[in-house]
Amino acid sequence: MTLLQQIITIAMVVLGTAITRFLPFLIFPADKPVPKYVQYLGKALPSAVFGLLVIYCLRNVSIFSGSHGIPELISIVLVIGLHLWKRQMLLSIAGGTICYMLLVQMVF
Amino acid sequence: MHTESCIQTEKRSAVMKKAFAAAFPYTIPIFAGFWFLGLTYGIYMNVSGFSFWYPMLMSITIFAGSVEFVTVNMLLGAFNPLQALVMTLMINARHLFYGISMLEKYRGTGWKKVYLIFGMCDESFSINYTADIPEDVDRGWFMFFVTLLNHFYWFFGATLGGIFGSLIHFNTEGLDFVMTAMFVVIFLEQWLKEKQHTSAFVGIGLSLLCLLAFGADNFIIPSMFAMLGVLTLLRGSIERKQDETEMTDREEEPLPEGRIAEKGGSQL
Repeated sequence: MTLLQQIITIAMVVLGTAITRFLPFLIFPADKPVPKYVQYLGKALPSAVFGLLVIYCLRNVSIFSGSHGIPELISIVLVIGLHLWKRQMLLSIAGGTICYMLLVQMVF
Repeated sequence: MHTESCIQTEKRSAVMKKAFAAAFPYTIPIFAGFWFLGLTYGIYMNVSGFSFWYPMLMSITIFAGSVEFVTVNMLLGAFNPLQALVMTLMINARHLFYGISMLEKYRGTGWKKVYLIFGMCDESFSINYTADIPEDVDRGWFMFFVTLLNHFYWFFGATLGGIFGSLIHFNTEGLDFVMTAMFVVIFLEQWLKEKQHTSAFVGIGLSLLCLLAFGADNFIIPSMFAMLGVLTLLRGSIERKQDETEMTDREEEPLPEGRIAEKGGSQL
């Protein structure tokens, strides 16, 4: 690829990303009322999307080989436990991550 | 005139400072995650034969982690701009859902709105959607700083990785779990806040199902369609449940005003 071709390729990725981010705001501009159905989606989608993001992070974990997803499971249980106990976002995340690192580096 | 504008500038900087102080703690896990992921990405570009200018400029202009990794392969392959566009649209399609969810929250943020939308990556969206912004903190500036800090962390990691590349030796196996942990916490926070969990179950269940059916590389788009379909079918029952819980809430314990406004979706 020439430099110009590289620039065009990157520009296409920038454009594609911007489209996915700006499109809803262009279709439903702030000065017009948002349709009830879309308002409903705006409230119902986030919980579902956060679920999708959790699964997305774990997509490459294989249950049937390697460490069978056990370090992930233990660490996630710890994250949930810590969070229900103290409800301190940073503590829950740090605790879970350190636990995971120890598990994959030393145990599994 | 002069003193008046002076006072205004001072007031503005006080507002900004306050918003920054409120926003920064929320971004600390992302600092850890992006520093690491950005570094990995920069190193990946470096060993693929690109100078640090590439990860540096791409981290600023694209600012979408997963697609930036894929772009490296696109740059190494044959020139095909249309395919680059279509691939990007497919990988980043989930942002459409973020936009629909942020229509209300980004409203009334002035010129900052353009940047908020531009920088709406998974992490910026998740924090800006769930964070309990204190009432005396300016919402627009809070979300602006969350986005800006995330953007900076990503840029910082990617550039560093691009410059030092293969010089860096990793002893950080498992650090990438910080992103998983963060999304688990965000999912849990949302779970604790909401009165009914139909959407959460729908999200986890359908994503898992699609992951099993379509595999790790192709499950996002089917998951999105499935979620959209099921949530549309369940609209009646979800809205009914929402109304019911809101009614009993009002009878039993009057919610603070902010919560009602949030539920009614009529902020600002």
